[in-house]
Amino acid sequence: MSESQPPLVRVRGVDKVYHRGSEDIHVLLNLDLDVHPGEFLALMGPSGSGKSTLLNLIGGLDRPSQGTIEIGGERIDEISSRQLAAWRARHVGFVFQFYNLMPVMNAERNVELPLLLTHLNRGERRQHVETALHVVGLADRSRHHPRQLSGGEQQRVGIARAIVTDPTLLLCDEPTGDLDRKSGDEILGLLQALNREQGKTIIMVTHDPHAAQRASRIVYLEKGQLVSERPS
Amino acid sequence: MKFFRLVWGNLWRKPLRTTLTGLSVFVAFLLFGLLCVIRQSLTAGISMAGADRLVTRQKVSIIQMLPVSYGDRIAQIPGVAAVVHQSWFGGIYKDPKNFFPSMPVQPEKYLEMYPEFVLPEAQRKAWIADRRGAIVGRSLAERFGWKIGDTVPLMSPIWRRADGSGAWEFHVDGIYSGAKKSTDTSQFFFHYKYYDEGRSFAKGMVGWYTVRVKDPAKADEVAKTIDAEFANSPYETKTEPEGAFAQAFAQQVGNIGAIMMSIQAAVFLTILFVAANTVAQAVRERTEEIGVLKALGFSNRMVFGLVLAESLLLAAVAGLAGLGLIWLITLGGSPSPAFLPVFYFPIPDFMVGVFLVALLGVFAAALPAWQAMRMGVAEALRRAT
Repeated sequence: MSESQPPLVRVRGVDKVYHRGSEDIHVLLNLDLDVHPGEFLALMGPSGSGKSTLLNLIGGLDRPSQGTIEIGGERIDEISSRQLAAWRARHVGFVFQFYNLMPVMNAERNVELPLLLTHLNRGERRQHVETALHVVGLADRSRHHPRQLSGGEQQRVGIARAIVTDPTLLLCDEPTGDLDRKSGDEILGLLQALNREQGKTIIMVTHDPHAAQRASRIVYLEKGQLVSERPS
Repeated sequence: MKFFRLVWGNLWRKPLRTTLTGLSVFVAFLLFGLLCVIRQSLTAGISMAGADRLVTRQKVSIIQMLPVSYGDRIAQIPGVAAVVHQSWFGGIYKDPKNFFPSMPVQPEKYLEMYPEFVLPEAQRKAWIADRRGAIVGRSLAERFGWKIGDTVPLMSPIWRRADGSGAWEFHVDGIYSGAKKSTDTSQFFFHYKYYDEGRSFAKGMVGWYTVRVKDPAKADEVAKTIDAEFANSPYETKTEPEGAFAQAFAQQVGNIGAIMMSIQAAVFLTILFVAANTVAQAVRERTEEIGVLKALGFSNRMVFGLVLAESLLLAAVAGLAGLGLIWLITLGGSPSPAFLPVFYFPIPDFMVGVFLVALLGVFAAALPAWQAMRMGVAEALRRAT
């Protein structure tokens, strides 16, 4: 992590309001956040505090009601949906709580999915997939379908899918939320290794203080605002 | 092509549902093809009709006859190039179920009028020279195993011979084939003279006349002149284009084209709803996966395309299999030559079928694909969790 470099993620004055009938629900309020390259940040807070919403905004899955979001110097709150989709494909890898693998495809094909959006040929794609599965320790289970894998193994496939395009930013939404302690620890160890050994910038939403301890910095949200932060 | 596995995999997510929907589409297009073949068979006379040919019949009804002397008078009318007459014989071979069109004609003139009946020169000469001779269509000859030189007895429930019997004997002098695929080769033609001399009543009368005009553009004018010539006579006439005559003949059992079209439209609409329901259900079940695809970088258009491709693939595999099977069946020949003498799947109808397959694929997926396209990523993922 290098704080001398400009932040990779720069969130300024972000509001997010959802409309339910005539009611306005303010999920994020005038929020500022910087995340530096190579940082491993944990976002904590109670349910409804806006952690996942903030993660979605940083990942370009949603747009702020107000404020700016800059990733790697690019304003993602200003670009079109189509440009945003292409930007996500290039720069972001997502890891979900419930893995969200395609049940009709084996591990290899699931990991290959983001590469279908690139210009790589079949051989090149296969090579990238093999490398990603090797990194997460699942090279020998590449032909297995999600239903044939344990929760921890499915999450490893999810991580392989997230890193296969070598994205700038890894966004993890409760990556251990559906796993037992042992599998959860393995996944956190893997994320830590990706952060330390490959310099991946990671933002992880979690409820679990034990999981948050693995991050280099912890940020607490409450009622849509940053209330505190500390190094782990 | 690189998205094929994804599309194919999604299609087989629920094998039973996909199989049942595919079977519905398959049966629908099988039925479509079959109806096209039947319609073609029943209306072959209309499509075979010549633009330069008129038919003159008794004004009251086609079953009322006209004097044979009208032929010469029609031939004198300006604009008429040739005239032949035909009559309905209604012959039966051995058993009432062996019924087929049989008509006494003037051999030489008839073959000139209908060049679509192709007969080798030697057989043509033999027929003209043989008063008891007949020519039969290829499919009719194959149906009963007739060969040239055979003597064929026919029974006519209408035309009794002078001795009171209804049995007539003919020599098969020729077997004609069709110049076009749509030419009816299930007919039986024989000498008018043999028939006129042999029958016990209505001598000197004929069923109707076929008139070739010199200029098809003036056919309407010639038709009016013919009818004017016989106005106020005991046998007034009605002259119309051969196509209209054949259509009226075919429509004795109803408007076949409209009936077939109605059935086809009902089947197509039903299957459209079935397929649309399947695609919509499949998309609803995959809300979270659509959210994930978008999170990975798939654009809205790509998601739209994937849903559309899935629907098109299902329609194409099942629909083309149905059309293909009908095409293969027609290669085996008519299962009932008496009722379906012309039995093939016309290429234009096949192409319409292919177009309908594509239309079904697109329309069935249009709404679900649009909904999938419009689905917000965060919203889709939230619904999943």
